[in-house]
Amino acid sequence: MLRYLLRRMIVMGASLLAASVVIFSVVELVPGDPASFMLGTGAQPETLAALRQQMGLDDPLPLRYAAWLGAILQGDFGTSFTYKTPVAPMIGERLQVSLPLAVLALVLAVALALPMGLHAAAQRGRVGDGLAMGAAHLGIALPNFWLAMLLVLVFAVHLRWLPAGGFPGWSDPLAALRSLILPAIALALPQAAILARVLRSSLVETMGQDYIRTARAKGLSRGQTLRRHALRNALIPVLTILGMQFSFLLAGAIIIENVFYLPGLGRMIFQAITQRDLIVVQSAVLVLVAAVIAVTFLVDLAYAAVDPRLRRA
Amino acid sequence: MRTGLILGALLAGLALAAAVLSAFWTPHDIARLAIAEKLLPPSPAHWFGTDHLGRDILSMAMRGAQTSMVVALVAVAIGMGLGVPLGLLAAAHRDRWPDDLVMRGNDLVFAFPSLVIAILITAVFGPSAVNAIIAIGIFNIPVFARVTRGAALPIWTLDYIRAAQVAGKGRALISLQHVLPNIASLLIVQATIQFSLGILAEAGLSYVGLGAQPPTPSWGRMLAEAQTMVTLTPHVAVIPGLCIVLTVLGLNLLGDGLRDALDPRLRVLR
Repeated sequence: MLRYLLRRMIVMGASLLAASVVIFSVVELVPGDPASFMLGTGAQPETLAALRQQMGLDDPLPLRYAAWLGAILQGDFGTSFTYKTPVAPMIGERLQVSLPLAVLALVLAVALALPMGLHAAAQRGRVGDGLAMGAAHLGIALPNFWLAMLLVLVFAVHLRWLPAGGFPGWSDPLAALRSLILPAIALALPQAAILARVLRSSLVETMGQDYIRTARAKGLSRGQTLRRHALRNALIPVLTILGMQFSFLLAGAIIIENVFYLPGLGRMIFQAITQRDLIVVQSAVLVLVAAVIAVTFLVDLAYAAVDPRLRRA
Repeated sequence: MRTGLILGALLAGLALAAAVLSAFWTPHDIARLAIAEKLLPPSPAHWFGTDHLGRDILSMAMRGAQTSMVVALVAVAIGMGLGVPLGLLAAAHRDRWPDDLVMRGNDLVFAFPSLVIAILITAVFGPSAVNAIIAIGIFNIPVFARVTRGAALPIWTLDYIRAAQVAGKGRALISLQHVLPNIASLLIVQATIQFSLGILAEAGLSYVGLGAQPPTPSWGRMLAEAQTMVTLTPHVAVIPGLCIVLTVLGLNLLGDGLRDALDPRLRVLR
């Protein structure tokens, strides 16, 4: 188990390092110079030179990368070009919206997909299966931002049950949660559809195994076998998809936040792109990618928890 | 079973036909703005109504189909063109350094969702349909590499490969002559899936302004423009959304149907 853990951790560290090099290099490609951008066009050459020196822009590339990474490891993401404030607290503040949204959507997706996939597998080949999988097919084809617009139209504009957008802040947790419900549903439904399909086919495959026949032979009902024996064994592919989905949810949240005017990481990225605030874009992308890599690592750990055979690998 | 394949082929065929037709003809000229005719409901003159600038929504949707299909198709071509050779290379050198290099590179690209790639590219070069293609294309590369490698590995253990090796053929030649034809059906199915994902991704990117720029019509941008009017004139937002759903649904049904038809071994247990 320890060796498995250690190997996974080394892989995670290497991925993070490689990702940071990629992100740093891409932003380095941008034409123009952040110092002159910060000072504007009318800046004195001496002031510009001084700021360039202060920002370390005259240093060679590898040195600048090392300085950038070293600062990030100490929690310093640099200073926003437009707001002139440190980027790290900005990101932290935005994550308080984006992270709960992604987690809420993931929980919703699992809560929907689990009964749906189990039901479809139990009803395999019958009407219930056909209906569930038909719905799943439709769900996969739904663009989440369009679903979001329809949800707003029905539940916010016509029924007035939930807010159409905006975020009141966590000082009023109930109101904050209420404003995250529609965005989370819009994110969760298409993901739940994918998850339900994967769960069903994984369950159906597992149900063909010998030990399932044994369980049935000793008198367990189909439903009991499904829940007690098949579900756990069918979970590996489901976990894989779940891990990939978290990155889709984070990315999807970037778009959905724009539909609902939520002050999350996604909104910040788009504002930063229009303002050409590259350091914010760079840092936010790094945080997103790091989150994806960390989730992949957690999924690997979950494999080991679900399937003891993997711990010896 | 066949109903899925036929329905899928019909829906996807319809979208493709609209896309091709729009290159030569649309019911109305979408470059002509007619503010006096803005936000009209569906009528015999405008089957799907008009948008906030008085443009015919049916014509816009047809040209939008063209944008979506071109972006998704080129992105699939990029993914296949680079991913399949990489996957074949990895499988041919199983567990040696080319394999490791390709797989670790894959893992790295996998950590960047296509939207994040698009954000990075846009931050550097500015938004455009070409950048959307590149972003979705890069995202497709590891998908094809992984599928190709996974399918090619078991083939390398078969007797006829051994025979080809004994006959003196090199790894590259064997990959091309014996492995590739045997995994082609799988790749076609994956291409259909990535094509439909590409259409969804293009819509998402255009919606947030990272894809096709005005005046190029695109389903995602039509939705973005409709957002503020959705309460007053829902048809402006419903039509482009339905176009996306039906096209993607059609492609997915087509992919499932093709998988069953081309290779019975891959059939999902029913």
